[in-house]
Amino acid sequence: MLPTIAMATGFALILMGLYGALTHRNILRMILGFTIASTGVNVVLVSVGYMPGRTAPIMDSAVPVADAAARVIDPVPQALVLTAIVIGLGVTALMLAYAYRLFRIRHSLDISKFTELKW
Amino acid sequence: MTTKFTTRSFVALVLLALLGVAFWTLAAGYTPDAELNRTAAYYAENTARETGAQNIVTAIIVTYRGLDTLGEVTVLFLTAAIVALVLGQSKAPRGGSGSGFLPSGELLQTGTKMLLPIIMLFGAYVFVNGHLTPGGGFQGGAILASGILLLLLAEPKRRFGHALISRVESVSGLVYVLIGIAGIVLAGGFLDNRILPLGTFGALLSAGAIPLIYTLIGLKVGAEFSSILESLEETEDA
Amino acid sequence: MTLLAPLAAAGFGLAMIGAALMALRARSTAVAVLAAGLVSLFASVLFLILAAPDVAMTEAAIGSGLTTFLFFYVLGRIRREGYDDD
Repeated sequence: MLPTIAMATGFALILMGLYGALTHRNILRMILGFTIASTGVNVVLVSVGYMPGRTAPIMDSAVPVADAAARVIDPVPQALVLTAIVIGLGVTALMLAYAYRLFRIRHSLDISKFTELKW
Repeated sequence: MTTKFTTRSFVALVLLALLGVAFWTLAAGYTPDAELNRTAAYYAENTARETGAQNIVTAIIVTYRGLDTLGEVTVLFLTAAIVALVLGQSKAPRGGSGSGFLPSGELLQTGTKMLLPIIMLFGAYVFVNGHLTPGGGFQGGAILASGILLLLLAEPKRRFGHALISRVESVSGLVYVLIGIAGIVLAGGFLDNRILPLGTFGALLSAGAIPLIYTLIGLKVGAEFSSILESLEETEDA
Repeated sequence: MTLLAPLAAAGFGLAMIGAALMALRARSTAVAVLAAGLVSLFASVLFLILAAPDVAMTEAAIGSGLTTFLFFYVLGRIRREGYDDD
């Protein structure tokens, strides 16, 4: 139940973010759409690793080492998403830097003003 | 502006509907596993014995998949360098309308002086305890960068040490690679954490080189984020 | 407990979708950036419900903190150079 709800939320966020990135004309709003979509991808990945009735992959007094394999959820998607979030910030920073660079050229953030690569 | 319904947004909607159908089939047929798959079961069973870390996610990031983390930190370094390059070439025009910073208030400046050491200490706590509790180098690095952000907000005029940030960044990256090579010489392979004794399970100084490596990752990530923030913030007289 | 977690997840999921709608629909870009930060903040709570505290910390510190500030810095630079954002 819980992973399905989270997964549906993540998929909805991906679709909404991509819709925003495809339909907005303001470059900053397009980048915002991409960040929402990447949050959605992260939610989907973490919900794939979730298993009902198990706890976080940290071994302490609640989860003894001996039966850790029967008590914890899948740690691999979490490690994956951890790196994905950090790289996501790097990608966003790059997109923003180039958006500012484009703004300096045309003094506009409207994507339809940039026609060099249009066909 | 955004509400205008054009053929462009219609095409986008059709494409997204197709993608949505694909997502629907994925989500409708999904049932969570009852057992861990083989990789995850290996990590769950052997993390305590092989690495001595309590937090399995930390053990995966720092030891089992350590090379990926080194690559990731390198990607972040490249990002920071490219952002600085792109923004350095396009300096803001001098004396444009409304240029210059508003002076920040007394409250923010005094508050920064009080809070900054505590924020830095908390960041260090998060990455030193990465092998025991949730948290680690990336989170701690982000917290360090938030402290630098507060400093940038409170004193926008002061250009603090860019040289210091880049030195912290390069020294921690170099030591990280050297520890990895020490793993080849002294233990089982690149970035093996058993170059130091594993210690008692659950103690602060345990899990071999994991606290050391995560501290270096934290410093490096914090320096990289700070450098990205600083080059985006820096406008005039840069 | 068996019902509480899915209910909380559904609530936070709806809140995330609402905030994302706000981020797409808001007229001012600044409000849209804040709404996207809100999406990340709710996502970090959802990660906590999904038993991923490491990811929740990262998302709260990086996704909703630093990303929002990056957007505001670029927005501020663009405003300073006299672009009227609609």
